[in-house]
Amino acid sequence: MPKYVIGTVEQIPPGNRKLVEIRGRQIAIFNLNGDFFGILDRCPHQGASLCRGQIVGLVESEEPGEYKFSRQNEIIRCPWHGWEFDIRTGRSRCEPNKIRATQYPVTVNDKDQLTDGEYITETFDVDVEGQFLVITV
Amino acid sequence: MNVDILTHEKSISKTRARMAIADCDIHPSPKSVEIEIFPFLSKRWQEYMKTYGVIYRQGFPTGPAFPKGQPNAARRDSYPTSGGKPGSDLAFMQSQHLGPNNIQLGVLNPLQCAQGVQNQDFSAAYCNAVNQWQIEQWTSKDHRLKASLMVPYEDPLASVKEIEKWAGNEHFIQVLLLSRTAEPLGQRKYWPIYDAACRAGLPVAVHAFGYGGAPVTGGGWPSFYIEEMVGHAQNTQSLLTSMVIEGVFEKFPTLKLILIEAGFAWLPALSWRLDKLWDRMRDEIPHVSRPPSQLIREHVWLTTQPMEEPEETNQLLDTIEWIGWENLLFATDYPHWDYDDPSRAMPIKIGKQQKEGFFLNNALKLYGLDQ
Repeated sequence: MPKYVIGTVEQIPPGNRKLVEIRGRQIAIFNLNGDFFGILDRCPHQGASLCRGQIVGLVESEEPGEYKFSRQNEIIRCPWHGWEFDIRTGRSRCEPNKIRATQYPVTVNDKDQLTDGEYITETFDVDVEGQFLVITV
Repeated sequence: MNVDILTHEKSISKTRARMAIADCDIHPSPKSVEIEIFPFLSKRWQEYMKTYGVIYRQGFPTGPAFPKGQPNAARRDSYPTSGGKPGSDLAFMQSQHLGPNNIQLGVLNPLQCAQGVQNQDFSAAYCNAVNQWQIEQWTSKDHRLKASLMVPYEDPLASVKEIEKWAGNEHFIQVLLLSRTAEPLGQRKYWPIYDAACRAGLPVAVHAFGYGGAPVTGGGWPSFYIEEMVGHAQNTQSLLTSMVIEGVFEKFPTLKLILIEAGFAWLPALSWRLDKLWDRMRDEIPHVSRPPSQLIREHVWLTTQPMEEPEETNQLLDTIEWIGWENLLFATDYPHWDYDDPSRAMPIKIGKQQKEGFFLNNALKLYGLDQ
């Protein structure tokens, strides 16, 4: 599958996100404390742009009156109907096996790891120094 | 590089609906009440509002009794690039919703403003101001949009005056009430409104929500917003039952009733139950001369949003068959968070005629815009 250079690591600081377009596909890139994830920017429920949602944590409860808050800033909540998706897996919280956002692997590569011919760099100019984000679509 | 996509980047629906759509529930807001509504309010009511505010028929909360699932109950991508509240900028609405979704008819339903206000004279003045504002800011600028005639329904005589004032005006295509009223909507107090609406040739639409003073459920005040969301269905069943049983549709045989944003899958079960009991207790209500299900089929339309989403999608077709394909009107609820997208709302393939009726023609026919 083709790989695309989509930018440098510095362009998406931890906690941030960026929308990129690759082969006509809108893909949301998230940085969770240095881990990068790519999700098709289209909610599997009714098609809203997930990138425009709120990044939240996970609230769970073992029983009424008890709350557990975890996974801070690792869940994207759809801007329309509030469906929650795990940014790390793309799975929805309520129907993880049925409703999931399409994921694309994102890796961090040094410049010398970018071999000519293997990577398509049309979406980003790699002349600058630094580490680059590469997505496989 | 990391743009603030929540507020500053225009979000346009990528999915282009191929067919023309009637959206029977769009919510416009003023950018600011002072700037856009005050010009239509007398100095007396401007001063009143500045001093005393707007007091609704409910307990202590100053806003809605239940906070919403998203701020302003709105899609998070619906904040206009020019600033202001969702639904407050016509150009943004055109570029985000009306254009991409090919909306041929958009019915405006202004909420949370002039209706359910306790000061009846103020409610009447405020309703009139909002009616003028809809024409000024919306329907005269975009002819796809049509206005709802706001009436201060707890004062039926003032409501009649407002209807008579606008009767025949092409900008208005329905009289708007909210579902949570001081008394069940079938009671005779409200009959002058139905009479005036029939004389003006306008359907009466009832949008879920409002300030009636009573809880949304029949069993008291629930704790969570999700309970209010499902409560609209039972609240609307109560008002429909009241209208059928009190004899509203017998008294006003030309009345058309539109129930907005209260779901629809409950209607078959309610009709079956009403028919069953009517068979046995007809003599309690001899003025109801036909089975309730027949009256409902002839007089009642329902908007589709928020769409029912059964796990087995075919069950949706059964439900619609029981209600009648002609009795449903597609709606998105733009810009609210529980918006239904026209390209995704109907989860299964349906016939061309049914599709065109569901998304467009039922509404054009009901509102008399199909000529």
